[in-house]
Amino acid sequence: MNWADLRWLAPEMVVAAAGVLLLLVDLFLPREGKRWGGWLALAALAAAAAAAGVLLRDLGALGTQGVRIFADTYTVDVFSLYFKFVALAATGLVVLVGLDYFPARTPHVGEAFTLLLFAGLGLMLMASASDLILLLLSIEFVSLSSYLLAGFLKGDPKSNEAGVKYFLYGAATTGVMAYGFSVLYGLAGSTSLYDVGARLARSDAAAYLAVGMALAGFGFKVSMVPFHQWTPDVYEGAPTPVTAFFSVGPKAAGFAALARTLAVAVPPETVNWPMVLAVLSAVTMTVGNLLALLQRNLKRMLAYSSIAHAGYLLIGLAAWRSPWAQQGLLYYLLAYLFTNLGAFFVAMVAADATGSDEIPDHAGLSHRLPWVAAAMVVFMLSLTGIPPTAGFFGKFYLFAAAVDVGLLWLAALAVANSVVSLYYYVGVLRALYLMPAPSTAPASTPAGLRTGLVVTLVGTLAAGVYPQPVVVFVETARRMLGV
Amino acid sequence: MPILTLTLFLPLVGALVLLFLPKEDAERIRKVTFGFSLATFLASLGILSRFEFGRPGIQLVEQAAWIPAVGIQYKVGVDGLSLVLAILTTLLTALSVLYSFRENHRVKEYNLLFLLLATGMLGVFFALDFFLFYVFWELTLVPMYFLIGIWGGPRREYAAIKFFLYTLVGSLAMLLGILLLYFHLPPGQRTFDVLEIIRQRPLAGTGLLAQLAFWGFFLSFAIKVPMWPFHTWLPDAHVEAPTAGSVILAAILLKLGTYGFVRFSLPLFPEVFQQHAPLVATLAVIGVIYGALVAMAQTDLKKLVAYSSVNHMGYVMLAVAAAAWAHGRPQLQQAAATALNGATMEMLAHGIITGALFLVVGVIYDDRTHTRGVDDFGGLWAVLPKYGAVSITAMFASLGLPGLMGFVAEFLIFVGSFSIFPVFTALAALGIVITAAFFLWTIQRIFLGPTNPRWAELPDLDRREMWTLVPLVVLMIIFGVYPKPLLDVINLASLDVVAMLR
Repeated sequence: MNWADLRWLAPEMVVAAAGVLLLLVDLFLPREGKRWGGWLALAALAAAAAAAGVLLRDLGALGTQGVRIFADTYTVDVFSLYFKFVALAATGLVVLVGLDYFPARTPHVGEAFTLLLFAGLGLMLMASASDLILLLLSIEFVSLSSYLLAGFLKGDPKSNEAGVKYFLYGAATTGVMAYGFSVLYGLAGSTSLYDVGARLARSDAAAYLAVGMALAGFGFKVSMVPFHQWTPDVYEGAPTPVTAFFSVGPKAAGFAALARTLAVAVPPETVNWPMVLAVLSAVTMTVGNLLALLQRNLKRMLAYSSIAHAGYLLIGLAAWRSPWAQQGLLYYLLAYLFTNLGAFFVAMVAADATGSDEIPDHAGLSHRLPWVAAAMVVFMLSLTGIPPTAGFFGKFYLFAAAVDVGLLWLAALAVANSVVSLYYYVGVLRALYLMPAPSTAPASTPAGLRTGLVVTLVGTLAAGVYPQPVVVFVETARRMLGV
Repeated sequence: MPILTLTLFLPLVGALVLLFLPKEDAERIRKVTFGFSLATFLASLGILSRFEFGRPGIQLVEQAAWIPAVGIQYKVGVDGLSLVLAILTTLLTALSVLYSFRENHRVKEYNLLFLLLATGMLGVFFALDFFLFYVFWELTLVPMYFLIGIWGGPRREYAAIKFFLYTLVGSLAMLLGILLLYFHLPPGQRTFDVLEIIRQRPLAGTGLLAQLAFWGFFLSFAIKVPMWPFHTWLPDAHVEAPTAGSVILAAILLKLGTYGFVRFSLPLFPEVFQQHAPLVATLAVIGVIYGALVAMAQTDLKKLVAYSSVNHMGYVMLAVAAAAWAHGRPQLQQAAATALNGATMEMLAHGIITGALFLVVGVIYDDRTHTRGVDDFGGLWAVLPKYGAVSITAMFASLGLPGLMGFVAEFLIFVGSFSIFPVFTALAALGIVITAAFFLWTIQRIFLGPTNPRWAELPDLDRREMWTLVPLVVLMIIFGVYPKPLLDVINLASLDVVAMLR
């Protein structure tokens, strides 16, 4: 092992060290000073982002797309750095809104921030893992942190239920995925994705079986039908900042790992995964959208919406041979990060103001919280895919990819689904603006949450109005090492 | 100075200014909004001073890189067709804002949405990049949803979401059409530049794909126009929308559809459009007759005006279908140009006349009688002489009385279409008869006959209402008597389109 290679792990090491340090520091913080742990976490995440930025520059200076370290088990390329930025941003924003949320609800504030840091660390590992075993471990690492976070509010039965459900579902799908990986190992004789890609030559039932079982684990992480059933209950029951984190962090990392696994290790000639994922994409978006139509609870609606968005994102894999698909997938995940976090932040403000997560109970909130309601308009339009928002440009990218490779039926279905989705997204705006307000007393927004809302709002609009910088970044980032 | 960009974004700047005004200061919000809408109108007139009359093609192009990585740019320009529609937009926006001074509910949001809407509509007419065009096209939906949904009539929520869903179906179908065009350009030359795509016509000769793209565009524009049978959102939206919203919907938003047909569908898919021209003409004629008959059956004045729009937009589509049929038939070129001149003239005439009619309905309904049943009045002209004169002029213009603007438009449409589609045109002439009948009957029921004592004390038009209505009436008369300057501008654009159909 080459010790100098450790420098490529700088962002991960910063976050890991901060997580451990936070556990210790938290012991000595007075009860009313617990939120300082959150500030420590934020500082660590910022430092990690800076370190990732340095690595990005170093890769550019080396004139290479990426490096493989630790006997090819770990790959640091622009693709993985892109997802590290996404993971750090997601974790950072959630910690930011957690500064007010956790101290108000639990004495174990430090542990919440520690777990978030570890989950963020796991996401970064997932983005870089290029070995079946490391991949499995990093996914498990994210999952274990997530189970604990989902059930973090021990006094709340719904939170407990969320934790247990998430655990049972996760354990089962991870088991299936591990089995799939072992078959893949049996076929290729190596756990390195690069070796598997080179040696997996025949198209046979075993290869399909292995990829299919691996899809169970990835599908669980990204809420793909038929591995989506946990989503609504966990989203509804988990503490809202944690739900917000689940909806963007593990989903983005899940797509990163899935894309790397398929693109590097599974040549489409052996297993026709683009076709399989096209079908799954169609089913996922349709199931998610139709069920979202029925929801009255905002968090459950956003849960089904996140299933639908997993469906749109799968277009990016189904149409993988188009450069638009690869860029679109990356762009969409960033757009979804800002938009969906923003939507959940609004849900937190609305729940504070009304004491309820039910959409009809948010009637007339635009009178009490005009700026927050206006932000929700942008987020809901972005989720529908209406310009000039980031969500629109993401959909534009992915629909274009489908047209580019001739998957017209999938593009048409995605269009139909977008129209359906307008109905329930606008349903939220209808409550905020069109329905009469039972009270007009102005409501307040805590500072951390307000900052989070501003960042997500600006991100959603800026990436939609002027996407060029992101487009340039994803153009480089899509070329992952070994493809 | 980039005059188009200035005109386009002035309303948006106004909307941003409004964001920072306190919502309690309604009077200042109204004045700032009116100031910006008036400035936009003046800026759009400023375009006239730069515009080279007599020069064919797109002029005053302003462009800048936007998302060069995928061939998207900011590119705007005008020709005779888009210029006159843009001026119509700025004029009616300013008048609508002026009319809305009496709106007291959520004044800040109301005015902000109007300004946003103005930028959206102008963008559609100016855009010369398909991506840019699509952004503005969608930008018009959101403000209108809220305008109907918050300030509308009793069934506002239903009408608003119906409007939004219908038009979004169309938009997304068009987006797929745009993408099909884009990906059939040779790799390396892919661009969303409208003029370049029209020049290359990447889908020519691809059969099924060209059909799909054509129908994608068709769906989007046909819903917007709206053509029968895609019109069912219109009566709901127009009736439930607040008065100024109905004005903008009828006067401008419907024109986005017909503009789309002339600007994009005709030059992009001449073969496919020609193949389906008889079908389109059939739908247009059905719209003409159905719209007129249903309008006749209405007792709600606002519904009557709404259905008369279905009728009038049918004439426009008949002319467009006729022009499509002339593709590759040199002997029909002259007639096609005349029909397109009529179509553009009708877009303007319908904008001015129907805009005025919705204002007329609003004046009486919003803060005088709170009823708009055709049978609830009688002898109103004697009570309200100014109001009566304005309303009756607008109704006469709408039914196509010679000397008023509507006549010029319909005359050109019928002359042009008759040599191409004689049977359809003859059938559409029936619509004129029915329209004349129901407007005359309406005038009789509302303004003539014995005075309904309930309304004997109504006040006549006040000064602000005169300022909103009289300009429109003056335009109806001027362009009805002397349409030549307007036709000269329009004609060059029509000849351009016909030349592309050759």
